[in-house]
Amino acid sequence: MSNDLKDKHGTTGHEWDGIEELNTPLPRWWLWTLYACIVWAVIYSIAYPAWPMIKSATPGFLGYSTRAEVAADIAAVETSQAGINQQLASAELTEIAADGDLNGYAVSQGGAVFRTWCAQCHGSGAAGAKGYPNLLDDDWLWGGDIEAIHTTVSHGIRNTEDDDARYSEMPAFGRDELLEEEQIDQVVNFVMSLSGTPQDAGKVEAGALVFEENCAACHTEDGTGDREQGAPNLTDAIWLYGGDYATLKETVTNARFGVMPAWAGRLNEAQIRAVAVYVHQLGGGE
Amino acid sequence: MTNYIKLIVLGVITVCAAIAASYARDLAYMVNALVVMVTAGGMFLWTLRRTDEPVNTADLSGEYMDGVVRAGVIATALWGVVGFLVGVSIAFQLAFPVLNFEWGEGYLNFGRLRPLHTSAVIFAFGGNALICTSFYVVQRTSAARLWGGNLGWFVFWGYQLFIVMAALSYVLGSSQSKEYAEPEWYIDLWLTVVWLAYLAVFLGTIIKRKEPHIYVANWFYLSFIVTVAMLHVVNNLSIPVSIFGSKSVQVFSGVQDAMTQWWYGHNAVGFFLTAGFLGMMYYFVPKRAERPVYSYKLSIIHFWALIFLYIWAGPHHLHYTALPDWASTLGMVFSIVLWMPSWGGMINGLMTLSGAWDKLRTDPVIRMMVIAIGFYGMSTFEGPMMSIRAVNSLSHYTDWTIGHVHSGALGWNGMITFGALYFLVPKLWNRKEVYSLSMVSWHFWLATIGIVLYAASMWVTGIMEGLMWREVDANGFLVNSFADTVAAKFPMYVVRGIGGTLYITGAIIMCVNLWLTVKRQPAIASTNNLVPAE
Repeated sequence: MSNDLKDKHGTTGHEWDGIEELNTPLPRWWLWTLYACIVWAVIYSIAYPAWPMIKSATPGFLGYSTRAEVAADIAAVETSQAGINQQLASAELTEIAADGDLNGYAVSQGGAVFRTWCAQCHGSGAAGAKGYPNLLDDDWLWGGDIEAIHTTVSHGIRNTEDDDARYSEMPAFGRDELLEEEQIDQVVNFVMSLSGTPQDAGKVEAGALVFEENCAACHTEDGTGDREQGAPNLTDAIWLYGGDYATLKETVTNARFGVMPAWAGRLNEAQIRAVAVYVHQLGGGE
Repeated sequence: MTNYIKLIVLGVITVCAAIAASYARDLAYMVNALVVMVTAGGMFLWTLRRTDEPVNTADLSGEYMDGVVRAGVIATALWGVVGFLVGVSIAFQLAFPVLNFEWGEGYLNFGRLRPLHTSAVIFAFGGNALICTSFYVVQRTSAARLWGGNLGWFVFWGYQLFIVMAALSYVLGSSQSKEYAEPEWYIDLWLTVVWLAYLAVFLGTIIKRKEPHIYVANWFYLSFIVTVAMLHVVNNLSIPVSIFGSKSVQVFSGVQDAMTQWWYGHNAVGFFLTAGFLGMMYYFVPKRAERPVYSYKLSIIHFWALIFLYIWAGPHHLHYTALPDWASTLGMVFSIVLWMPSWGGMINGLMTLSGAWDKLRTDPVIRMMVIAIGFYGMSTFEGPMMSIRAVNSLSHYTDWTIGHVHSGALGWNGMITFGALYFLVPKLWNRKEVYSLSMVSWHFWLATIGIVLYAASMWVTGIMEGLMWREVDANGFLVNSFADTVAAKFPMYVVRGIGGTLYITGAIIMCVNLWLTVKRQPAIASTNNLVPAE
C-alpha cells in the first residue's frame, strides 16, 4: 500500500538518514473537522464572553456569566426554601419532630450541614473519634434533648468566641500537684472499677476516698456525672478519651479541655435547628 | 590553558558553595549547597589530575557524538524506574494511608513524594529521553556532529545535577508550590543555564547541518526547547528572601499567578510532553517501520497549528475560579480547535505504517510505538473534551484528571520512549537487535494492561466522585460528605496501584533486556560515521 501511496502522491524529494516524506494531501475529513472546530470556535466566542478589549472583554450575545449563573442558582434554591426555613426557624423546637414534613426537611438539611461542618471531628457517620463524642449513642455530656443540643450547637463548648459557650474545666490533678502520684493511681483504679472492671481492692478502697474528696463535686458521689457541668458519667464504660489505665492516668494528671466552635455566627438559625434535629434523631436523642 | 581557567572557575564555585552551605538558612538549601560543593570539588580534582597530560587531538568531526546519547539512554531508563517506583508508592499511600510511615513523616509522606514522582517522570525520565533522542536525531537528520564539543556533556551532567537538587529539595521540604515548577529559585537559575546550553547545542547542530532542509522531527524538538525556556523563565520569576535560603516570593500574585502557572503547566504538557515527544515519533516510527512519513503537508500544517494553538489553552485549567469568564472561554475554544492539529501527529504516525502493518504482528517494538500513538490520539481527544466548561464542572478536581494525565504519560510518553530505547540501544552499542523480542512483548503487554487498569479505575473514581460531590436530595441538600467520597474510591485506588505495579514490572524487564543486549549480543560493525549528504 505504501508503494501505492508513493506512486500516487510521490515524495517531497528530500531524504534524511533514509527517511522520505510522501506528498500526500491533507486528509479531507481531518481538514473539514478542523474547519468545523474553527467555525464553532468563532461562533462560541461571539456568544460567550471572550475577547479582551481595552477596559473589559466582549460580553457575548447570550449575556452569560459563570458568576451570575451561580448567583441565580443560589437565589433559586433560597427562594424555594424560604418559606419552610422560616417555619423551621420559628417553630417550637420540641414540636418539630412531630411535624412530619418539617421534620423530614430538617433532617435532610441537618444531614447536609453535619456532613459539611461537623463531620471533620465527629465523623461523617457521627460515630465520633477519640476526644470527639459519638453522637449515635445515648451518652450525653451536656444533655441530649433537642433544646440542649440546640444550645450546644449554637454556642459551642469552651471556645473563646462565644460568651455563652458551655464551659467547665477539670483540674490537672497531677500537673498542678493537687494529688500525689499514689493517689492518682488509686483514683484511677477506683474509676475503672465504677464501670465494672475488676481492680486491686485495696487501691479501689483508697481511691474511693480520693474520689469523694476531689472528684465527686462534679462527677457526683456515685460517679454518674453532671450534665450541667459537662462532667461525664464514669460508670457507663463509654469513654471520650479512652478507659484504659494509661489514658485515665493521663486524663487525671493533665486534665482534658475539649473545644467545640460556636455555630451561631456561621450558620443561620434554620441550619442550626436543622442540624440539632438531625443529631437528635440519630439514635440517642432524649 | 583552558584547564587553568576551568580550575579557577571550579575552585571559586567550590568555595562559594561551601560558604553558602555554612550560612544556609534551611536544610534543603544547605544540602543542595553541599551537593554543588562536592560536585565542583570533585571536578576540580579530576581536572587537576589531567592537567598537562597529552591531549587527544584525534579528529572526531567525521563521527557522530554518541557517548552523550548513550549516557542519556542509561539515565532515561534508570530515572524512569525511579519515577515509576515513587508513583507506585504514592498510589498505595492513597489506598492505604498507613504507608505514610510515622518514621518517614516530613520526608516520605504523600505530600513530599508526590512532586518527587511528577518531576521524576516528567523531567528526569521524559527530559532525559528528550535530550538524548534529540541529540541522536539531530545528528542523523542533519548529517552533522553535535555542535559545541563537550557542551553536550555539560547539558547532560548539568541536567542530572538539576534533577538531584530538585529531588533533594522536595524531600527536605523546599518547594515554591507551583505544580511541575516546584524547584526554588536557585535550582531554576541553574536549569536556565543548562537549558540555554541545550538550545545552543541543538541549534548549533542544525545550523551546521549538511542537509538542505530541516527534518520535521527537529521542528518539534526546537519548538519544545525554545518554548520550555520561555515558560520556565516567566513562570519562575520570583524574588529570593535571602541568597542563603531557598524561600522565594513570586512576582505575580492572585489570579495572575494562577494564570501564569497554568499557562506554564499546560504548555509543559503541550511542548514538553507533546511537541518534544512528537519529535521522537517523527524519527523513530519511520525508521523502525522503514517507511516514508505519510504526509509532509500534514506535518507542516499540524506543526504550526499545534504550536500556535497550544500556548492559549492554559485557562481551561481554571474554569469556575477567580479567572475572568472571557479568559476561561478563550482557553476552552483554543483547546477545542487544538483537537485536529493534535490528531495530525497521530494520523501521520499511524499512516506511516501503511504497507508495513504486518510488522505489528512480528515486531513488538513497532507495536509499542503504535500503541503510544493510539494513547496519544485518545488523550488528545479527551483533553479538549474535558476543557469544555460543562464537562469540566464534573471532571475538575476529580481523579478523572489524574487518569487523563496518565493515559497520556504512561501510554504516549512512556511507550514511545520505550520504543525509542529499544531502537536506540542496539544502534548505539553496535548490536544487531535487542536481546529478546519476547521480553519486549512481555513489556508491551504488562505496560498496556497496567495503563488500562490505571485509566479505567480513574475514570470510574473520577466520574463517581464528581457525581457524589454534586449529588443533592429532593430538598436540594448535599447527600455525601467529602470523607464518604474518599472512602468510596478505595477499591479503585487498589486497582490503580496494581496497574502501576504492572507498568513498573514491564519497565524493569526492559532494563534487563537492554542490559543483556549490551552484554550478550554479539557486536557488529559500527554505524557511528556521518553519512554524507546527497
